[in-house]
Amino acid sequence: MTEPLSFELSRPAVDPPRLPEADVPGPGPAEVLTHDLLRARPPGLPRLSEPEIMRHYSRLASLNYSISENFYPLGSCTMKYNPVLNEQAAALPGFAGLHPYQDEDSIQGALELMWRLEQALCAIVGVERVTLQPAAGAHGEWTALRMIAAFHHSRDDRRTEVLVPDSAHGTNPASAALSGFRVVEVKSGPDGRISLADLESKLSPQTAALMLTNPNTLGLFEREILDIAEMVHATGALLYYDGANLNAFMGICRPGDMGFDAVHMNLHKTFTTPHGGGGPGAGPVGVKADLVPFLPTPTVERSNSHLTLDYKRPQSIGRVRSFYGNFGMLVRAYTYILAMGGDGLGQASQDAVLSANYLRKLVEHDLEMPHEGPCMHEFVASAQNLHEDGVRALDIAKALLDRQFYAPTIYFPLVVPEAIMVEPTETESKATLDSFAAAIKEIVAQAKTDPQALHDEPKNLPVGRLDEVAAARKINAYLQGQGEDPILRWKAASDGDRKDPC
Amino acid sequence: MLEKIGVRSMDDLLVDIPQSLRLDALQLPNGLSELETMAQVSGLASRNRVFPDRLTFRGGGVYRRFIPAAVTAVTSKPEFYTAYTPYQAEASQGTLQAIFEYQTLIAELTGMDVSNASLYDGATAVAEAAMMAYVHTGRNEVLVAGYVHPEYVQVLRAFGEGRGIKVRKGDQPNKKTAAVIFQQPDFLGLLVDARGMTLAAHDAGALAIACVDPISLAILAPPGEYGADIAVGEGQQLGLSPSLGGPHVGFVACRRDLVRKLPGRLVGTAHDAQGRRGFVLALAAREQHIRREKATSNICTNHSLCALAAAVYLTYMGPYGLRQVAEVSFKRAHALAERLAALPGWELAFPARQFVNEFPVRVPKAAAVVRKLERKGILGGLAVNRWFRELKGVLTFTCTEVNDARALDELMAALS
Repeated sequence: MTEPLSFELSRPAVDPPRLPEADVPGPGPAEVLTHDLLRARPPGLPRLSEPEIMRHYSRLASLNYSISENFYPLGSCTMKYNPVLNEQAAALPGFAGLHPYQDEDSIQGALELMWRLEQALCAIVGVERVTLQPAAGAHGEWTALRMIAAFHHSRDDRRTEVLVPDSAHGTNPASAALSGFRVVEVKSGPDGRISLADLESKLSPQTAALMLTNPNTLGLFEREILDIAEMVHATGALLYYDGANLNAFMGICRPGDMGFDAVHMNLHKTFTTPHGGGGPGAGPVGVKADLVPFLPTPTVERSNSHLTLDYKRPQSIGRVRSFYGNFGMLVRAYTYILAMGGDGLGQASQDAVLSANYLRKLVEHDLEMPHEGPCMHEFVASAQNLHEDGVRALDIAKALLDRQFYAPTIYFPLVVPEAIMVEPTETESKATLDSFAAAIKEIVAQAKTDPQALHDEPKNLPVGRLDEVAAARKINAYLQGQGEDPILRWKAASDGDRKDPC
Repeated sequence: MLEKIGVRSMDDLLVDIPQSLRLDALQLPNGLSELETMAQVSGLASRNRVFPDRLTFRGGGVYRRFIPAAVTAVTSKPEFYTAYTPYQAEASQGTLQAIFEYQTLIAELTGMDVSNASLYDGATAVAEAAMMAYVHTGRNEVLVAGYVHPEYVQVLRAFGEGRGIKVRKGDQPNKKTAAVIFQQPDFLGLLVDARGMTLAAHDAGALAIACVDPISLAILAPPGEYGADIAVGEGQQLGLSPSLGGPHVGFVACRRDLVRKLPGRLVGTAHDAQGRRGFVLALAAREQHIRREKATSNICTNHSLCALAAAVYLTYMGPYGLRQVAEVSFKRAHALAERLAALPGWELAFPARQFVNEFPVRVPKAAAVVRKLERKGILGGLAVNRWFRELKGVLTFTCTEVNDARALDELMAALS
């Protein structure tokens, strides 16, 4: 089943929705503005009635998998249940109705919430202060690197390199490059953890920071983290924590205690704000005392129960986003933390680790396990054992979709060939984990008996495997002026076909 | 489960964590029931003052607009709001198609060839566009012309610092200029010479970046019509609540030859073996998960759900609904401007300049006026001298379709 585009459903005879009249005297834009300021023809927006719009989007919704309906074992993405209470909290008129340029005295509740959220995040990751401004994890990474650069500059220390492990998230090197640093890769050892020898050889007086996630993207805790921190700090560099994997150890240990100087967190992972099909999220950054002067402005300050926004921070890296960040997501995360409490968050991480190890055990003989356990909140398997059957990680992913499971993260981290990265999270029941493992067994068995059937999956979804290569070819033709279909947007096939609003 | 794993306790699974790092517990209060949680959160919400939509005359980048019920009904569907970034296309066609429609809607509205899938906000959209111009031209200076939103410029500066881009004020591009950035209408609400600045940019071999108000494009010439290279802006007005400034959505659209430089995600059409049309993430080779340090941007999570809201809003309004919204706002703002300028001592700050639905007024004792209005339950104009010292005593007022004729009367009564 597929759904036509709103543009294809558009009917020129549909009246616009009823809207208020101006009810004031005076001329309209056509009488006031000069011709060259005016739009020549109306934008080509579709024309549909409300019932048609609601049906269109309801049908589109039914084409999606989502955490509300499906198990989503997407490694590194922490797809846990999004409590519906969070949505209610963010929609309260006392939050949703606030204008960002209201007087501070009129938004004391909002500022108090931001301040309390900052305190809670400080306690969870073990830092001095947190900025809530970054809009997403990658935005947080980049913000942290700007602060690290400013820290070194303030000491007249021009460091130019950032070290990134080969197993790191792609956003790490991208954020470092966009912050003006040269990226130097550090190799993983055979046990899947960062190679201390390679790290030592790459550390130099040019090193501004090492970016690390712990547990790493293989789901393994970096046992030598205290030695790593000492080595990094001994060269004058700082240690940055990629918080994508924070769900592994809340209440068990803290990045701040491990020696990390800056820590980003993904509120849309660990703190259950919904992913929204790709955002909005929020990527707060926590820092130790040395980096506090460089935090983006404004910060939220509290004194005698009165809250203010502090813009006078001379060493600040400036502003990384308009206003105060994704406030609506901050409300959701705070609501979650309040409901869970310190005890609940600790339990959540323990259960996440338990789920991952349990699931790993259930499938350890079906897929290859390139590294020794135990794992933390996720594990990485490899489909290389099916290589001779001609079955790849991609085939397993697509076959899982046909069995009503979203697919794990595949082909990442890059250090594991045919990687299948599974993160079950604490909000899945044992029964769900059992049925997922059963699906893996069934698929692996089928790889031996009928591999072609796997290549043809998914069969039960709105569309089968889509030919991305052909699409890319057409886009290239368009971009080179050799084709007129942009592929990246709808365009009427011909003028006669155009649902012209005029 | 522990037994199945083959360990005796949770501690056996946490052996890799050095003992010295282990915590007993988090220094946070214990959890609460749903009832208690909501009581606390509602308590915080009730400590904020919410001004009624119709009595809010403050804009400055975030506006009260009518939000059709259909928008919230769609974005509240868990199939949309609890889905992940659509990596597995076959199981994400709803999100992918909605974004594809959003891309087309933004391209139509701005008159540009291609739009991306969304950015965080208007400010980061401006910064990302400057980055595109820097890469495209190989020049490292951008010019900010006139009254561009001051927070957008601050974000641009912070971005630029990391990327080696110099940000200067002015509208005289030269051979070092990568782009001229202007806002139409500008931060004060005034219309600028977008065509002239675009021409000047092109004459100097620079790109023209137009930061536009999406609702105004129902009336005003879109960037594509006057030849701008990149159109960016803030999409909050397209169905999103003010929410203290976020989450909202940034948009960026460009000419065909700049598409490869676009940051973030793009959705395109593709077909399956049976010839059925579907939607996929396209041109991913620009992105961080493939190109790593060579990517066009580091964006991963963007603002998909906000883009969905914008798509539903624009589809609900259609070309004529959107025009009605823009015209009503225009007429009311002009009626209000005339009445405010007639108050003793009040005058339009730039009487020769044209505007759409936000305008600057020079006001005697501006701070006291704003306070007086607040006491009467009205969120009055925005004091812009906070960012621009030369605009002492200037307040910008805004009107939209939510400020009915009686609300204008109430504002005038409160001022007399």
